[in-house]
Amino acid sequence: MTTTGARVPFTVGHRTVTRVAGPLIIVDGMDGVGYGELVEIETGDGPVREGQVLELDRSLAVVQVFGGTAGIGRRETSVLTRGRAARTGVGTDYFGRVLDGAGRPRDNGPQPVPDDYRHVNGLPLNPITRAHPDQFIETGVSAIDGLTTLVRGQKLPIFSGAGLPANSLAARIAAQARVPGDDGEVVVIFAAMGVTRREAEFFRTEFLTGGAAARSVLLLNLADDPTIERLLTPRVALTMAEYLAFEQHRHVLVVMTDMTAYCEALREISAAREEMPGRRGYPGYMYTDLASLYERAGRVRGGAGSLTQLMILTMPDDDITHPIPDLTGYITEGQIVLSRELDRQGIQPPIDVLPSLSRLMNAGIGVGKTRDDHRGLADQLYACYARGREVRRLMSIVGESGLPTEDRCYLAFAAAFERTYLGQGPARRTLTETLDVGWQLLAPFPAAELKRVSAEQLAHYHHEASVTATDA
Amino acid sequence: MTTTRPRTEPVEPRRPGQARQVTTDSGRVVRISGPVVSATDLPHTRLFDVVRVGIEQLLGEVIKLDGDLVVMQVFEDTTGLQVGDPVVATGEPLYAELGPGLLGGILDGTQRPLTNLSTDGNLYIARGADPPRLDRDQRWDFRPVVEVGDRVGPGDLLGSVPEGRAVEHRILVPTGITGVVTAVHPGPATVVDPVVDIDGHPVAMMRRWPLRLARPVANRLPLTVPLITGQRVLDLLFPVARGGSAIIPGGFGTGKTVLEQALAKFSNADVVVYVGCGERGNELTEVLEEFPGVTDPRTGAPLMERTVLIANTSNMPVAAREASIYSGITIAEYYRDQGYDVAMMADSTSRWGEALREVSSRLEEMPAEDGYPAYLATRLAGFYERAGAVQCLGTPERTGSVTIVGAVSPAGGDFSEPITQNSLRLAGCFWALDTALSRQRHFPAVNWLRSFSQYGLDAWFDREIGPDWSPLRRWAAAALQDEGALQEVVSLLGVEALAAEQRITLRIGQALREDLLQQSSFDDLDASCPPQRLLAMLRVVHEAGAAMRSALQQGVAITDITAASVLAELGRMRRWPPDDIDDSAIHLTRRIAEEMSSL
Ligand SMILES: Nc1ncnc2c1ncn2[C@@H]1O[C@H](COP(=O)(O)OP(=O)(O)OP(=O)(O)O)[C@@H](O)[C@H]1O
Ligand SMILES: [Mg+2]
Repeated sequence: MTTTGARVPFTVGHRTVTRVAGPLIIVDGMDGVGYGELVEIETGDGPVREGQVLELDRSLAVVQVFGGTAGIGRRETSVLTRGRAARTGVGTDYFGRVLDGAGRPRDNGPQPVPDDYRHVNGLPLNPITRAHPDQFIETGVSAIDGLTTLVRGQKLPIFSGAGLPANSLAARIAAQARVPGDDGEVVVIFAAMGVTRREAEFFRTEFLTGGAAARSVLLLNLADDPTIERLLTPRVALTMAEYLAFEQHRHVLVVMTDMTAYCEALREISAAREEMPGRRGYPGYMYTDLASLYERAGRVRGGAGSLTQLMILTMPDDDITHPIPDLTGYITEGQIVLSRELDRQGIQPPIDVLPSLSRLMNAGIGVGKTRDDHRGLADQLYACYARGREVRRLMSIVGESGLPTEDRCYLAFAAAFERTYLGQGPARRTLTETLDVGWQLLAPFPAAELKRVSAEQLAHYHHEASVTATDA
Repeated sequence: MTTTRPRTEPVEPRRPGQARQVTTDSGRVVRISGPVVSATDLPHTRLFDVVRVGIEQLLGEVIKLDGDLVVMQVFEDTTGLQVGDPVVATGEPLYAELGPGLLGGILDGTQRPLTNLSTDGNLYIARGADPPRLDRDQRWDFRPVVEVGDRVGPGDLLGSVPEGRAVEHRILVPTGITGVVTAVHPGPATVVDPVVDIDGHPVAMMRRWPLRLARPVANRLPLTVPLITGQRVLDLLFPVARGGSAIIPGGFGTGKTVLEQALAKFSNADVVVYVGCGERGNELTEVLEEFPGVTDPRTGAPLMERTVLIANTSNMPVAAREASIYSGITIAEYYRDQGYDVAMMADSTSRWGEALREVSSRLEEMPAEDGYPAYLATRLAGFYERAGAVQCLGTPERTGSVTIVGAVSPAGGDFSEPITQNSLRLAGCFWALDTALSRQRHFPAVNWLRSFSQYGLDAWFDREIGPDWSPLRRWAAAALQDEGALQEVVSLLGVEALAAEQRITLRIGQALREDLLQQSSFDDLDASCPPQRLLAMLRVVHEAGAAMRSALQQGVAITDITAASVLAELGRMRRWPPDDIDDSAIHLTRRIAEEMSSL
């Protein structure tokens, strides 16, 4: 994977810094450096920092400095090139380790011994080498397994709001994810960007204590670490993951949190370069940049491994049309949306199933994969809940007494659905349990009301309750 | 056989009226900013010339000349490129290679076959690869229709080769050649072997054509025939003409891709060019895995054999994404010229616009709205205007068409943004997808109040499908409109606030929405609906409305009418067995009338 062709790499060169602006420096005398390559910045005192070439113009180079530009002066600074793009070590020796945002150990452990080195930007997977994802992953969470099913090789974001428990949901999925009938372990690579120390501690306990440590890697870029380093964090994580998934044939789950912090770093660089800002100040190429991360999920033909991505993002102001969730939604294969209202009512996990969707669900469920009634039942629960929510809205206008009996039945269903189906709490449910809970909730409805399931499935699974719905 | 190199497209000028000698220049890189690279020492280079950049000879194209500075967009990742690296100008614009072997293929934005970009088990797309766009080794059985002594001119049919089972590939006289056939070489030949000599000059099957230039036609024709999509909401309410264009704007997850793929599968085009422009790799994999196994009922051949896939996914280089649209439309025009009806799907044109924007901003051009360059509208027009129904050049007389269906991905789902607005002015159909409908799982989520079609195709439908088509179409559109207005009242005051007559309107609207317009692409039986079936279904709904009204006149209570269990049967129309539609329709109409009158 060399990118410099026949050129001889070298590691020398002292150059003049002509300008320092925010996270960028402009260096003169940079011949022999390639676009996108990594450079080292020495200031005489303090650690060596790394930077990446963003633009070349004759002898000038614009360099983004990952370690921050504090302490960089025009004089005592020298810039060294090594003739290669940013790389990271890859391999199983990283398991159980805590790394910083650029992939270096931050747990006082020994230097890991990588199997190999890879460029962090990766290369685009050729669409002809991909295999369409179609293997069901059981997460133990009903709202996901039953209604927004995750499959191996999918990229599925969690749209969260400030203060909502997205991280614990992601940690829970990472800990519980399994493929029924397949005891292949799931490797978890966790890339945390801009997280607090408290959150970092949570991830450390979650992933690096107990049995999970043997198959997890944790990359931590803390809130007070250099912001620009965040641009590397997901790339390092995905590079490690690609190696494990596509070369070592492991099933890898990459969890990236919080993409909002990542996008802010992107905006910071863009502003420092005085680029034309796009919507809300984010650069016009943010779609492409995010796609270069998210598209690294997948499965390949003839390989047993897979790379599944769960990315968490905080919607600023709970606004789903904000560029970060918006562009993410345009790239990913569905989304799981958390609801502040459910969270307030103590429903855990607070997943709002109406705007949530897994686009690859159809490929991963049904006879031979999950169960014959999975699709129909999901559609039916969705339809009943949507109707219940609509009735609830109407009720706020006309009052409960103004509702026809039939509508009241849906109202009761919506409440029960939120309480039991969604609000499962910390308990883990198998898919069979999830499906059974679904049918139980439908029991108050007469068979004629349930149009989304087939007659055979009704006969087999539907046990009409003798009590009326209003008693429930 | 002559030893002269056969002409692939020898006299088609690189630009109209500007044939010139090819000079190659070599210069040096002086500036690199992502896909935009500048070089000096290229004095003979012209706008849109192809360049090879750096040691790896990355493919690029000149997009601006500024004094000594030649500015290029590079179609591959520029990581590692250095100031001082060599740049070679080829003196030619970016060409498509046209000929047998395109169908069934999957190509990147600059028409490189993806199968040749990952060899030896490599999973990724390597850089600097420059495989021939058309396979040079495969042999095609050339069946001539001309004889020595025939006088031929541009566009005349020379012969054909069977390209798969679906399409007979017609080999035409290249633009700019007129003369007498002096030799004919029937039988197996590669695309570069001579198959016919004209005035002593060998002519091969392959043509080269500059991507950014529309191919010539004899005449443009009025648009009077619909492209049947198999989607009820489109064929009934917003039909697109063969040779017309449609846009599908919609927020994420509203169903643009599913709709584009449904059209690629079920529309009655002869050839489909599907351009995945800046979208997901998995979606193309899905097409690649699915299409070879699906039989096209019209030809009996796998769908893949009428399809050309162009894939420049979101993680592939941005500049090649920009080129992918032109590769697609050029291939589409090439089959049109053979006399075929071609449909081109572009998912998504917004990603193409964004590629323009990114390159423009690296050029530090003055942006217009939302950072897009001021020439956005011109570029969009240049693309959509390449749609059309035409009288092809040459003999025998034939007509062909290119229909364009472009998806648009507006930021935040807001249709006021520049790509939607500019495309709206150009496209004849506006198929607006609605986030609220998709949340309700009403698919296709085409908003029937907001969408429109400007093509007058009623005459065709009345003639070919049934004389009551256009009256029923108007009836359905009006009923949906009325229902929409009543729904607003209901959401404020409840259904009890409506008069009995209005509640029937509401019930008819519901039947139209749920039982007619909704159509799941994942339902094998219903994924595509022929217009005859659509008309039969529509008649039943119309009759049901009449039966409900007459029951009301007989004094039946409105709640009994709208709750009549027979109305649930309307939802089963989509399950009617295909060869039993008329009987099923008559039967159901009768049952509804009977039940309504016995209430
Ligand atoms: N016609 C349809 N029938 C059934 N389901 C559909 C249909 N259209 C869309 N859907 C559902 O909606 C999901 C999203 O559709 P699709 O991928 O086409 O959206 P999109 O508009 O292309 O989104 P994006 O802009 O993010 O690419 C599908 O995965 C499917 O579940
Ligand atoms: Mg799409």
